Amino acid sequence: MTESLNGKGLALVPRAEGKQTLKDFKSDQEVRWCPGCGDYAILAAVQSFLPELGLRRENIVFVSGIGCSSRFPYYMNTYGFHSIHGRAPAIATGLAASRPDLSVWVITGDGDALSIGGNHLIHALRRNVNLNILLFNNRIYGLTKGQYSPTSEVGKITKSTPMGSLDKPFNPISLAIGAEAGFVARTIDSDRKHLQSVLREAAAHRGTSLVEIYQNCNIFNDGAFDALKEPETRDDITIRLEHGQPIVFGAGENERAVRPAPQGGVEVVRRSEVADDEILVHDAHRPDPSLAFALSRLDEPAFAHVPIGIFRSVDRPAYDVLMSEQLEQATADKGKGQLSDLLLGGDTWRIN
Amino acid sequence: MTKQVQQLDRVIIRFAGDSGDGMQLTGDRFTAETAKFGNDLSTLPNFPAEIRAPAGTLPGVSSFQLHFADHDILTPGDAPNVLVAMNPAALKANLGDLPRGADIIANTDEFTKRNLQKVGYAANPLEDDSLAEWRLHSVPLTSLTVKALEGFEISKKDAERAKNMFALGLLSWLYHRPTEATIKFLEAKFAKKPDIAKANVAAFQAGWNYGETTESFSVSYEIKPATLAPGVYRNISGNQALAYGLIAASVQSGLPLFLGSYPITPASDILHELSKHKRFGIRTFQAEDEIAGVGAAVGAAFGGALGVTTTSGPGVALKAETVGLAVATELPLVVVDVQRAGPSTGMPTKTEQTDLLMAMFGRNGESPVPIVAPATPSDCFDAAIEAARIALKYRTPVMLLSDGYLANGSEPWRVPEVSELPDISVEFTTEPNGEDGTTFLPFKRDPETLARAWAVPGTPGLEHRIGGIEKADGTGNISYDPNNHDRMVRLRQAKIDGIDVPPLEVDDPDGDARVLVLGWGSTYGPIAAAVRRVRKEGGKVAQAHLRHLNPLPANTGDVLRSYDKVLLPEINLGQLALLLRARFLVDVISYNRVRGLPFKAEELAGVIQDVINSD
Repeated sequence: MTESLNGKGLALVPRAEGKQTLKDFKSDQEVRWCPGCGDYAILAAVQSFLPELGLRRENIVFVSGIGCSSRFPYYMNTYGFHSIHGRAPAIATGLAASRPDLSVWVITGDGDALSIGGNHLIHALRRNVNLNILLFNNRIYGLTKGQYSPTSEVGKITKSTPMGSLDKPFNPISLAIGAEAGFVARTIDSDRKHLQSVLREAAAHRGTSLVEIYQNCNIFNDGAFDALKEPETRDDITIRLEHGQPIVFGAGENERAVRPAPQGGVEVVRRSEVADDEILVHDAHRPDPSLAFALSRLDEPAFAHVPIGIFRSVDRPAYDVLMSEQLEQATADKGKGQLSDLLLGGDTWRIN
Repeated sequence: MTKQVQQLDRVIIRFAGDSGDGMQLTGDRFTAETAKFGNDLSTLPNFPAEIRAPAGTLPGVSSFQLHFADHDILTPGDAPNVLVAMNPAALKANLGDLPRGADIIANTDEFTKRNLQKVGYAANPLEDDSLAEWRLHSVPLTSLTVKALEGFEISKKDAERAKNMFALGLLSWLYHRPTEATIKFLEAKFAKKPDIAKANVAAFQAGWNYGETTESFSVSYEIKPATLAPGVYRNISGNQALAYGLIAASVQSGLPLFLGSYPITPASDILHELSKHKRFGIRTFQAEDEIAGVGAAVGAAFGGALGVTTTSGPGVALKAETVGLAVATELPLVVVDVQRAGPSTGMPTKTEQTDLLMAMFGRNGESPVPIVAPATPSDCFDAAIEAARIALKYRTPVMLLSDGYLANGSEPWRVPEVSELPDISVEFTTEPNGEDGTTFLPFKRDPETLARAWAVPGTPGLEHRIGGIEKADGTGNISYDPNNHDRMVRLRQAKIDGIDVPPLEVDDPDGDARVLVLGWGSTYGPIAAAVRRVRKEGGKVAQAHLRHLNPLPANTGDVLRSYDKVLLPEINLGQLALLLRARFLVDVISYNRVRGLPFKAEELAGVIQDVINSD
């Protein structure tokens, strides 16, 4: 059972009869994010992507924590649970582990997932329950009105850090890979095509998928990802990871390539300076995570180069499936549990 | 030599030794033999939190007390008739509880100069007449065991470790216990180490034979089986009964059980027990922390499972926000709090009733939660079913307040027939419930119970969203409307206040008592035993015991007001007293001790008598 599910993350979820459209997934609730928020683009991308999966709408659940992004479930015409700060992965774990027939999506943000809920996130990733975690990273606290977040750059001036923030940020991709995640990807709110291609792969992965989505907060951290969006800079720093393809980016004089570094890790070099066979060919399915980790470090120092796409997609048994198998095994070994047998199971004596 | 046999109606034995001496196992086995024989019994394990505290020291002493009788008994007993002391520390730590004239069986091999010094004995108490007021039996348990095991293929250390089975054999002879089950138990326990199994059985039998042949024991004792209500019995601890109750609740509700839990003393055994019963469709999830444990249970409940989380006080503190989420989303959830001594880490292996107010009020906002408290170890079974019944029927988290004394203590339990158990099945909503016939209103309520409609994912046409933000009555949509919030706060409170709990029953045989002694939770046994003593001496006292702490039975105020005095013993500083005074304006007399130990019957009898006399 475990083997056959690899690459078929939704094999246990019943399929819809008839064709679905974007409209099927829109709830009747008014969307209340700030005008211009990147969340709108992500919502639209998800709503227009879901019909492609062809799953029964009632078997899809969106679970969220607290934060701007966590209002997401209210806008989806599926089952939804808007929970408490940081705990969505834990709540979704209980749901997905007990209901393998559901497609469960966790919507979270950089504060929710990486600060207050950091513990649940790393354990969900290592445990590998069938969840798709969409981490909206805007590198700021929005709902509480603009404090720095665990992904804000050092020196961030905010209301709570008037002289600049002091702590080094998390790199969510590095963190996820370090936490034994089987599927780790990054995409951008403004690139719908790329976003949807990543969601497609995430949904197909049986186990926990972590998708970091760079999302612009136009009120408190506007333009945080402009370098990845402006035509003048975009192509020179964005590394589009594609499985089986040599990792090259940029054009003309600025064309670059990624190659294994002599002292370990990987490095960016001018394309003209490397032979074709020296260029690293991206292998998302490589069991060893160290190259994926090295790729995730290429944005040091801040946004020098930013890989997007699927860093790592490795199949391993999903927790929910293994848990179900233990129940089946126990039943096969000793038969279905009978309450009267259980209660009378110890040393008993009769009094007449 | 023919030995004298004396008849007794009850005996209290305390096994005490180093925490590595196997005293809990010895006590468990003696208990199993005693249960098999048909005595009524009650046990009190008492052990340090450290797995192996420094050997031979006072903090390292672990003990197991067993009270057994030819009649029904209510407590593990106040003072032992027999102390088995495996070392000087065990003697020193327990001698104060031992009445003059009691038997002491001491392992002389461990009373070495070094061990005596460790606990501050200047001279060997076994030799200096300081124990003259007790009946001392000096037995070289260790060397007798090693000698009995000569020729076995085991190390000297393993031979020495079997001394607890020698002691068990001796005590089994002394009290005419059946031995077959212990031999079977040892063979099964050491099935993978047959040499060790054989050695332990041999040590056990050598202990029995020693009793039969030695002159240090001239009398053995018989305690006839107790006459209890007809039925099939087994011995059961509170944690095991609670786990069985949860399994029964799953079967009787038709919902799969999902346990989200993080290991914590003294609750972990419930997780261990439930994890053994996967063929009942039970999913046990050992979470990364207390919050994830309850979070996963809430998530499973959203999916239609019977969601349960088990913990102790520190865990309840961490789970508070998530319990509040279950209050707001009106999802069923059972939160088991096996209370222990606090605050903070407190004394993890010691008992207390100090979480009542946390269970009652320990969340932000107006977040009422029903509370059920079992009275005895075996009552944990019924209390667990009752907690699940309320959770499912009213769609609410329920606090189940056990404690360390109930969790580890054990007693005979009349095993119920499955047909006697209540049907607690629930019906999920599967069709639109709006007046237009097409919409689903997740917060439309049953007019009688005020429970909301519960539709689970996978139900077509009823897709809806719930969350911790205030919801509009009926639709469940986000609402900041002031009047709606006021209405929802009152509705949630009214739902809990309206839970169907049975009336408070009063035990007042002559009907003319002027003093009522009231209790809740694990104090039932000591209070009932104390009440018996007082009545035996001619005192008039009524007894009532609260099983539902929230809501309280509807007649509680009337009961309290119909007595001149209400005495309320609690193992806290008066938490229920505070609630009753506030609610009923009754001048409850509190009796509080917070020693990490259950009350003693004699102690409470004195307190009751004083209240009666103070007229």
